[in-house]
Amino acid sequence: MTLALYVPGPSPVHRTPAGVKLLALLVLGVVVFVVPTLPVAAGVLVGVVLVGLVVARLPGRLLVRQVRVVAVWAVAILVFHALATDLLTGLTTAVRLVALVLAAAVVTATTRVTALVAVVERLCAPLRLVGVRPARIGLAVAMALRFVPLVAERADRIREAQAARGGRVRGPRALVLLVVPLLVSVLQLAHTVGEALDARGADTA
Amino acid sequence: MKTRDLAYVALFAALTAALGLLPAIPVAALPVPITAQTLGVMLAGAVLGAKRGFLALLLFLVLVAVGLPVLSGGRGGLSVFVGPSAGFLYSWPVAAFVTGLLVELLWRRLNVATALLATVVGGIGVVYAIGIPFISLYADTSLAAAATGSLVFVPGDLVKAVVAAVLAVAVRRAYPVIERPRRAAATP
Repeated sequence: MTLALYVPGPSPVHRTPAGVKLLALLVLGVVVFVVPTLPVAAGVLVGVVLVGLVVARLPGRLLVRQVRVVAVWAVAILVFHALATDLLTGLTTAVRLVALVLAAAVVTATTRVTALVAVVERLCAPLRLVGVRPARIGLAVAMALRFVPLVAERADRIREAQAARGGRVRGPRALVLLVVPLLVSVLQLAHTVGEALDARGADTA
Repeated sequence: MKTRDLAYVALFAALTAALGLLPAIPVAALPVPITAQTLGVMLAGAVLGAKRGFLALLLFLVLVAVGLPVLSGGRGGLSVFVGPSAGFLYSWPVAAFVTGLLVELLWRRLNVATALLATVVGGIGVVYAIGIPFISLYADTSLAAAATGSLVFVPGDLVKAVVAAVLAVAVRRAYPVIERPRRAAATP
């Protein structure tokens, strides 16, 4: 899938089962919040960067991009604490944030979408007791991925049809005139897809 | 759950993702841009109802978590679930549920005003009630400090709530998905 944030590679990190990586991420998250000291947060940060760059051989710009997204938060937290409490708390909180975000980015970049969906299905297995079929989750994910371009395509079609009829509406009314037929159209589409899947035996799967 | 309901759920997860493709309005000095995605949250609840709206946004979060860049600005992956603004993300399924519950309760006298009540309480109230305490816990700041930073989003959210209410009423007339209460169905 070209859309995904996954970066293929042969590293041991890539080969580690998705469930193990998610568990490691969870443990890291708990540790940095239970022991909120700078050495722990900084240690986690260094460890994560080493695993990401050296072991998994991820491109550096991928990690830089992730840091840039949360940089504003990190700076805001640092400044707030420097003024309201003390610099050390601010530094710990900011480093903790960057470490966690990078750890999550490493897991995302080294794990296939299909592997993660499989973990989600496995985690939902106990829900079988209350009548949830875990296999339906994979089906729902697949349908959602297919619907994204379909929604865009239907929107284009309606816009073109309206342009062909001439006239020009501006402002909020134009939005309603586009979105209401779009919603009705895609709701009908979803209805048809559901029936088609049932006709092919999806309901018994 | 019928396959048709599953398709509706997938549709609104996809719709929320598609809304993320619309250009976001960046707010100066704020790490979270104003996006159209919470419109998807309100619409999922208002069109599908509480249960399916909740599941649609839960599915959307699964899409984000498994590493698809479906959040506005092409963001996605597990990182967004551990940042300070993750509370807003977690609030979305609950927000869709509350919006849907209110729309279901008001179904028989749904107009733009009553629908607006649902989208404001569910789509704005719930989102802030979960998102703001999350920031203050995460960043070790006071509730007031976290709330002040979030105030810039209120005008944009109000516009989205009005749009969602208008759309919900129009869709209810054209293609109602929420089933009518049984009492109403009995009388032809």
